[in-house]
Amino acid sequence: MSYIKPKFRHPKLPTNALGYTVADYDGAISTLCAGCGHDSISAAIRNACFKSSLPPHRIAKVSGIGCSSKMPTYFLSRSHGFNSVHGRMPSVATGASLANRDLTYIGVSGDGDTASIGMGQFVHLIRRNVNMTYIVANNGCYGLTKGQDSATADRGSVAKGGAVNPFDGIDLASLAILEGASFVARSFSGDKEQLEPLIRAAMAHNGFAFIDVVSPCVTFNNHAGSTKSYAATRDHLDAMPVDFVPMRDEIRTQYAEGTTKDVTLHDGSVIHLHKASADYDANDRRGALNAVQEAEEQGRILTGLLFLDPNTQNLAVNLNLASRPLNELGKDELCPGSKVLKSINEGLR
Amino acid sequence: MKPTNTEDPEYFHKVVDCQFACPAHTPVPEYIRLIAQERYSDAYMINWESNVFPGVLGRTCDRPCEPACRRGRVEEEPVAICRLKRVAADFKDDVKHMMPKAGAPNGKKIALIGAGPASLTVARDLAPLGYELHLYDAQAKGGGFMRSEIPSFRLPEEVLDEEVGYVLDMGVHATFNTYIDSLQSILDKNYDAVFIGCGAPRGRDLPKLPGRKEADKNIHIGLDWLANVAFEHTKKIGTKVIVLGGGNTAMDCCRTSRRLGGEDVKVIVRSPFEDMKASPWEKEDAIHEGIPIIDNHVPKEFVVENGKLVGMTFEKVEAKYDADGKRSLVPTGEDPAFFECDDVLIAIGQENAFPWIEKSTGVRFTSWGTPIINDDETFQSTRKDVFFGGDAAFGPSNIITAVAHGHKAAVSIDLFCQGKNLEKRPAPTVSLKSQKMGIHEWSYDSVPVDDKREAVPLVDLKKALADRALEVELGFDAQTAFVQAERCLNCDVQTVFTTENCIECDACADICPTSCISFVENADEPELRARLLVPAENPEQDIFVSDDLKTGKVLVKDEDVCLHCGLCAERCPTAAWDMQRFLYSMTKAKPDMMEVQA
Repeated sequence: MSYIKPKFRHPKLPTNALGYTVADYDGAISTLCAGCGHDSISAAIRNACFKSSLPPHRIAKVSGIGCSSKMPTYFLSRSHGFNSVHGRMPSVATGASLANRDLTYIGVSGDGDTASIGMGQFVHLIRRNVNMTYIVANNGCYGLTKGQDSATADRGSVAKGGAVNPFDGIDLASLAILEGASFVARSFSGDKEQLEPLIRAAMAHNGFAFIDVVSPCVTFNNHAGSTKSYAATRDHLDAMPVDFVPMRDEIRTQYAEGTTKDVTLHDGSVIHLHKASADYDANDRRGALNAVQEAEEQGRILTGLLFLDPNTQNLAVNLNLASRPLNELGKDELCPGSKVLKSINEGLR
Repeated sequence: MKPTNTEDPEYFHKVVDCQFACPAHTPVPEYIRLIAQERYSDAYMINWESNVFPGVLGRTCDRPCEPACRRGRVEEEPVAICRLKRVAADFKDDVKHMMPKAGAPNGKKIALIGAGPASLTVARDLAPLGYELHLYDAQAKGGGFMRSEIPSFRLPEEVLDEEVGYVLDMGVHATFNTYIDSLQSILDKNYDAVFIGCGAPRGRDLPKLPGRKEADKNIHIGLDWLANVAFEHTKKIGTKVIVLGGGNTAMDCCRTSRRLGGEDVKVIVRSPFEDMKASPWEKEDAIHEGIPIIDNHVPKEFVVENGKLVGMTFEKVEAKYDADGKRSLVPTGEDPAFFECDDVLIAIGQENAFPWIEKSTGVRFTSWGTPIINDDETFQSTRKDVFFGGDAAFGPSNIITAVAHGHKAAVSIDLFCQGKNLEKRPAPTVSLKSQKMGIHEWSYDSVPVDDKREAVPLVDLKKALADRALEVELGFDAQTAFVQAERCLNCDVQTVFTTENCIECDACADICPTSCISFVENADEPELRARLLVPAENPEQDIFVSDDLKTGKVLVKDEDVCLHCGLCAERCPTAAWDMQRFLYSMTKAKPDMMEVQA
């Protein structure tokens, strides 16, 4: 198996506003199974960061444990990264995002890491509205331990060994909407045309942005009877197309004028929702919940931008933290000395 | 676009850029892999089957393969294909036993006029089929142009003798030192077919230039002069030499002059330096030996004083190009330039001449003096039993082209002698074999290496200039040859796609280092080319289009900068991609001449 990606690149690779090519956002060669949906998500993240002209060294990747959490190795090798304990990535992300508010945080997790062992941390991350993008590579099984059903496996889905799942799956997107997330989307690893703009919009969003990505496990959950195989997902997809235009670009989108509904983000970036999904009101939390539930009842998978509150306030604002984050404060500011302590104490007498 | 038909062998053939560009379609990556495996004899035989003179061509080929090499499109320099060929010839063991023997006589007699590369190729291809071959040449030894016009500091005589010998030893009846002055006399001998591969031997002169007659003693036609040097009739030249012309012959003339007493040797050429016909490396070699190349100078006059040549005057010109790109050399109006010299070598081209072919034979010629030939596949002349090839067919070209002509003419002669239709030619031999060794393993070195091209080491310049027969290039040693061989991208290991297996997981498009693969909506070709991840802007390279996939999209692969690294196939979960070795062998009179196990 090749463990080296050749150095040669297409001599005419386009460059972004920073003069980088997409290759500057590459990571190491993947050790996941050939055809793993996760690799497609890695490529979508890479492409999204390239297209949004984010400097790689201003991005931090955080993850937990599992196939999904190996992913950060396979994109953005010039970025910061922290591979944390199983299900505990939210704590690390929370701390990091408060200590350094200038980085773009990309959390990558899986259905096990988020919906089982990490569930407690996950809901609090949502509740606190930590400024980050949180992507779940959701394959409905524990691929790393040979494909047992995970907590997101759909009721009735047949495992590779033939067992039929008797439990309802946890729907992470519904949960995120319910828990008050300010940006909730769902997508499919095999639909980069939708996934890439969603990741770009999530990274531009000033708050917690959650994307649940159906990402087939090609080895243990891609057979007939599985509800999260490539074929089943494609058959049941209700995709709402999206496009994303960052603040610095003139308005230019893959959709013709008049066929879209626009949502403007805090930084002036614009999310274009295609007409096919224009009837859908992404700013209505209850409506979003209904739409997701209805689709599920019909056996459909609704993908696209499900809910967005563009004017949300993130954790740092809600906690009323100092305007300068921790990493910018020096020793003298953090420990102003006994004189200042004395004066504070005096003020309390 | 319609789905690509990869059943047509020409599609994959075109992907192997080097082999496609080679007139004789030598399977380059195949023999380069064998060199890397230190299987030099096998590498030699793969070459020998295709181009008959690997040792000669490994030193002197015009190498159309190298500008075509894909490596040159992803980094600065192509693979050193030509010099690797020499490695195979240098390091091989005795290969005689691997060569076919003359076949049992089939009762047909063929005359071959001229013992150059074209005739020798016809002989090599026909001998195993049992033809009785009669070869005629005016010189004392076989090789033709390869012997008389290529100086021995580029091509040692032993190398040529060995490779000419391999052909002659296949039972060829050679008659040397015999100039054929009448085609009729040959036809009278009742040959079943006659092949004319006598070359285009006459160098062009400047007969009307003032002073030409007066200075005749010190003016030489380049090709004749080189032949005289080769046969040691000429051993010296004046101190100051002007070489007129900008082709490879001019380069051979100037470098040979440096070895025969020429100290102030100049090449003076009419065209701009960039337009010169000489290969870039030949120009570099001349400049390396201290020979200035003065361009944009048109010869005006040979200046003679007291009955002796003292120099030449030239008109200075500049090249102007009209809208069609047609060049004209316009005088700049400056004063004519004068250059001193003792001798002038004229190397401004060659002319065909067939004074020995009688009109009554029915062989007819164009107004350009070249024979009228059926087409560049059959090489049949206006007289059905007479065939042409090499420089004699279409005018001056190069050795590898002559060899290619020879292969085709041999097929024609074989068909002709069997009374078959010459147009119904056998198909090329092709094979396509999977290189899969395990789940993610290939039988070839799939990872492209980063090593740069290295120049071939040269002998000390002083030594080289002191000895005309001393070969200048030393050739690669085995270690360098290995590194240089590993630079080959194995373009003959094809990416073979099976639409039915594809689940559109994008893994191949994501991993492809050179972004060759896209899943897109189909469109007509220009639109489709523009839609790809990186637009396919090289129209000389095809794009592969799959059948419709389940989502209605198609998979498109731009062949242009594919590294053949196999990562698409490694990352494919359903083996929709496979790496398969494609071996293409051009149509030859005897297709199963030999087999080398890969």
